[in-house]
Amino acid sequence: MAPPPPQSNRSPSPSQPSGKSEVSDLKSQLRQLAGSRAPGADDSKRDLFKKVISNMTIGIDVSSLFGEMVMCSATSDIVLKKMCYLYVGNYAKGNPDLALLTINFLQRDCKDEDPMIRGLALRSLCSLRVANLVEYLVGPLGSGLKDNNSYVRMVAVIGVLKLYHISASTCIDADFPATLKHLLLHDPDTQVVANCLSALQEIWTLESSTSEEAARERETLLSKPVVYYLLNRIKEFSEWAQCLVLELVAKYIPSDNSEIFDVMNLLEDRLQHANGAVVLATIKVFLQLTLSMADVHQQVYERIKAPLLTQVSSGSPEQSYAVLSHLHLLVMRAPYIFSADYKHFYCQYNEPSYVKKLKLEMLTAVANESNTYEIVTELCEYAANVDIPIARESIRAVGKIALQQYDVNAIVDRLLQFLEMEKDYVTSEALVLVKDLLRKYPQWSQDCIAVVGNISSKNVQEPKAKAALIWMLGEYSQDMHDAPYVLESLVENWDEEHSAEVRLHLLTAVMKCFFKRPPETQKALGAVLAAGLADFHQDVHDRALFYYRLLQYNVSVAENVVSPPKQAVSVFADTQSSEIKDRIFDEFNSLSVVYQKPSYMFTDKEHRGTFEFADELGNLSISAESGESVVPAQRVEANDKDLLLGTSEKDEGRDPGSNGSAYYAPSLNGSSAPSATSQPLADLAFPTTGISSQAPTSSLAIDDLLGLGFPDGTAATPSPPPLNLNSKAVLDPGTFQQKWRQLPISSSEEHSLSPQGIASLTTPHALVRHMRSHLIHCIASGGQSPNFKFFFFAQKAEATSIYLVECIINTSSTKSQIKIKADDQSSSQAFSTLFQSALSKFGLS
Amino acid sequence: MISQFFVLSQRGDNIVFRDYRGEVQKGSAEIFFRKVKFWEDGDLQEAPPVFNVDGVNYFHVKVVGLLFVATTRVNISPSFVLELLQRIARVIKDYLGILNEDSLRKNFVLVYELLDEVIDFGYVQTTSTELLKSYVFNEPLVIDAARLSPLGPSAVFAQGTKRMPGIAVTKSVIATEPGGRKREEIFVDIIEKISITFSSSGYILTSEIDGTIQMKSYLSGNPEIRLALNDDLSIGGSQGSVYGYRSSSGSGTVLLDDCNFHESVRLDSFDMDRTLSLVPPDGEFPVMNYRMTQEFRPPFRINALIEEAGRLKAEVILKVSAEFASSVTANTIKMQMPLPKCTSRVSFELEPGAVGQTTDFKEANKRLEWSLKKIVGGSEHTLRAKLTFSQESHVNITKESGPVSMTFTIPMYNASRLQVKYLQIAKKSATHEPYRWVRYVTQANSYVARL
Repeated sequence: MAPPPPQSNRSPSPSQPSGKSEVSDLKSQLRQLAGSRAPGADDSKRDLFKKVISNMTIGIDVSSLFGEMVMCSATSDIVLKKMCYLYVGNYAKGNPDLALLTINFLQRDCKDEDPMIRGLALRSLCSLRVANLVEYLVGPLGSGLKDNNSYVRMVAVIGVLKLYHISASTCIDADFPATLKHLLLHDPDTQVVANCLSALQEIWTLESSTSEEAARERETLLSKPVVYYLLNRIKEFSEWAQCLVLELVAKYIPSDNSEIFDVMNLLEDRLQHANGAVVLATIKVFLQLTLSMADVHQQVYERIKAPLLTQVSSGSPEQSYAVLSHLHLLVMRAPYIFSADYKHFYCQYNEPSYVKKLKLEMLTAVANESNTYEIVTELCEYAANVDIPIARESIRAVGKIALQQYDVNAIVDRLLQFLEMEKDYVTSEALVLVKDLLRKYPQWSQDCIAVVGNISSKNVQEPKAKAALIWMLGEYSQDMHDAPYVLESLVENWDEEHSAEVRLHLLTAVMKCFFKRPPETQKALGAVLAAGLADFHQDVHDRALFYYRLLQYNVSVAENVVSPPKQAVSVFADTQSSEIKDRIFDEFNSLSVVYQKPSYMFTDKEHRGTFEFADELGNLSISAESGESVVPAQRVEANDKDLLLGTSEKDEGRDPGSNGSAYYAPSLNGSSAPSATSQPLADLAFPTTGISSQAPTSSLAIDDLLGLGFPDGTAATPSPPPLNLNSKAVLDPGTFQQKWRQLPISSSEEHSLSPQGIASLTTPHALVRHMRSHLIHCIASGGQSPNFKFFFFAQKAEATSIYLVECIINTSSTKSQIKIKADDQSSSQAFSTLFQSALSKFGLS
Repeated sequence: MISQFFVLSQRGDNIVFRDYRGEVQKGSAEIFFRKVKFWEDGDLQEAPPVFNVDGVNYFHVKVVGLLFVATTRVNISPSFVLELLQRIARVIKDYLGILNEDSLRKNFVLVYELLDEVIDFGYVQTTSTELLKSYVFNEPLVIDAARLSPLGPSAVFAQGTKRMPGIAVTKSVIATEPGGRKREEIFVDIIEKISITFSSSGYILTSEIDGTIQMKSYLSGNPEIRLALNDDLSIGGSQGSVYGYRSSSGSGTVLLDDCNFHESVRLDSFDMDRTLSLVPPDGEFPVMNYRMTQEFRPPFRINALIEEAGRLKAEVILKVSAEFASSVTANTIKMQMPLPKCTSRVSFELEPGAVGQTTDFKEANKRLEWSLKKIVGGSEHTLRAKLTFSQESHVNITKESGPVSMTFTIPMYNASRLQVKYLQIAKKSATHEPYRWVRYVTQANSYVARL
């Protein structure tokens, strides 16, 4: 980076050096001062050091001063010492030999009687990042971890992590992770504890790729004793460390519902924290914990609404953007929960456009029968906005709302008014919308055509809009009086039309018009086919040739091909698959939400860290069956609302009775006895268990009816001893992969799925949720209709043996292929039966 | 964890640069600055606070024109980093007294001292101004506050951002004062930002007050403070219900939609008597943030009218009336109104005897601007503007112009009627009472009237 140009009108300041030539001056000045004990020498040194650091800051390489800096560092002046540490830390890596010079004084300082000097020296020592000096770190780190001063311990814990990054083996051989684990659970200082947690998470995550033991250790961080220990002290942690703990808790899998409510009650007041990061981390815990309890999950949405809105409106615009992105995600998942709050999503004139864009999407999503009129009225205000991109966005939003089929009547009127506004970008956007609208609601054609017919094609310049207008001219040529003549004049200007898209549409439109009004269009048709055949654009040329031959072959066949009777489009394709949306939701409170894409799309593998769970397996599934399970096409989605809740639950959600603002957690003050806690919980749990217990009977009945019985084998063989699964089974992707490679296949079968199951399998998540209720956990899933692929695992109750399952489902053939591998071969058949019965119940509950 | 932290000037110079993990390439500051400066992504013309370039995530917040930036390669919580950047800026301000480019450049060694303790290897250690005191050895070089435009409400107003930096004093938490003794004082500021949208007929379409009780304590010995708010304060009344306007029913209750509190605040008796107790940490911090959508009396009414006055001519009448007590004076008022695209010339006519008012027509974006130095409560001001069009317009000129937006600052006034009834310092052996300052200020956030 080049130094900034010298500013003549500004007084020279220490951080504004004149240029590179200064470096050699500094060198000689430092030399002179190096051994000086003269009074005032420290002050001159300070000035010189400042100059060196300021050069370093603006990117000038001052590493050539290394020797001199070290010579000057023999001082008791702490300000000088700190500047020297900063310098050394920056340049030691590039000067490993010289770095050796600093070891001596750093090691001495590590034994200083002042804890602050000890801490500073230890931090600098570990920051040298020189591999051949690691042997000097182990001793000071060991004593640092045992220091009686918490500051030194704090530094030492991070020092261990630094050492790990310089030389992992040295760190592991010295058994530092074990020491950190001890400190994690026993140190009185919460910042030491927090640092232990950060360091261990990083070390064990990196180690777990090669060591099973590390993978297990990483899992122990998520064990009940550790999580509870941290949770009970949560208020002693700094707000930043609280975020760290909460991030961990979000991954914890409680054993039963009462535990879930205990955790939520304990964390309830974190939602009132002024720090948005703490609030979002808490919300993540709440959302993750309640995933399996649809009704409580919904109450969580109600509960977090107010704190989120407060966070959006307090703090800097940047902070509120981060929170708003998360609110956006939740609104998109469960728009009906936020539909009464639509006014909060109105744009303010001074908001940056990236905020307005999010708000417009939210307004679109929450529109329903009761608020559509007001939302559309507001959006129409923005259409005249000085900020043209936002004006365009607003018109598109109106169109999207219209396509959601609430109050279409009023919206069509508005859209038609846009067409009359005589602002070219408004007209353009509106034309595109009217076209989409007609594809969905052909019944509006009379009204729209009347207005569209008045628009002169000369006033429409944007290709998309022009294409839309031409499409309508072709499609509704029987109702638009001068359609053939308008098309004809457009054909005459063929050569001036630069967009191939428009020319393609023109070809088709003239064809359609010809079938409806042959005598009037014949001339235009000849002209357009001639122009099309002579076109240099391959697609245009090909289409013209195709039409020409088709007409030669048989005109009525041509009509059937080009202008068949159309069905209205019921749903337009969504731009993002629900799989991706679910991924993003799983990565709540991370950059994935702001970027609106899952982390694997923007992060290198080695930096995904502890956020990532099932990703490695996701890759595995793709590589194992190349392409088979991955369909690149984007899927049409039936109903976004299903992402959150099943349809039946959704209706319950609209029930005014369950609209309470607090979830049914018995007590929010946390002082109630645990026994009291579990009682209302049981009530909550009933609806789900009730349904699933009915499931077997009903499923059997239906199976019989349809002749899709259970596999014959299970009925014939004497039923094996019932197999109980562990409800708290945990397995990390690394171990799964390893086991999958090592174990033989103990059973491989193919089964049919019930039609209900197939119907429910709109997203992989639906099955994942279902299997989880049978204590079978999903570690990775993927694919798109009709091919889905899942990796499940389960653990035998009161035993360590794990079952691994690969399950491939093809929804068009209604077949599932199941491969099971098991630690304990003897019980694998029992598990296979259990798995199949769980799978057969899918869609029936 | 974060990889690097740096502060860039408006021109893109590094003022402070700290690499914590050595994972991100050296030129990151330059890459960042170029990206922000020439942001282009579809329709958006402004860089969002978080973006990704080649696998590196860049976070930034703007504080007093400076860019506070963090980078990382991991998928971290964006709120966490943005909160942290804002906090670092505040901690630096606590130490330097005044935060701007000049003070940062003069004190960059002190800033490095702070940064070393705030973050280690990318992990946050502490951001407590108080705890950091024992690790900071450089004396701040305080820049002359008098030379600067005061960092008061008006300066804040000029930045046009939503956030308001502390309007408390510009005194470092560690600077020794002339006379050697620290002045015992505490500042409590109730800062409210109003957002309101009037329909063309003058109805209130939406309104919201976002408030903060901000505290800055210079009290020695960490005494406990008790802060009593209105007895009739109620919270969460509208939770989940339709965002609407309940009549305030004359009872004068203050109804907040929601609020949150600083870590140090204890709410033991809050439900009983609306009292907050806390031991204030050093430096500036928000005691409480709140949000209110309850109906309130807007401080200003705006009347705007545009009428055709013959061929190629139109007249704009802009009237603003101050609906607050005459003892209160609003300052730095500014109104803006977009005019029809074909407007070529504007002549203004102020009321006779108008003082401290300026008008302007911004040709480039066709915008009328009207600034008033002050408006006394109860008064009313009018501006007439004659527009000349360059060509005949076929469309409705009302649709082509507006909305009118307004910014202002009103000291010693708050629209929510939330009050600090008393501020009690629990300290026994004080030779003299500490100075206690409770101040109110209201600002416009988005104050808009449609035509």
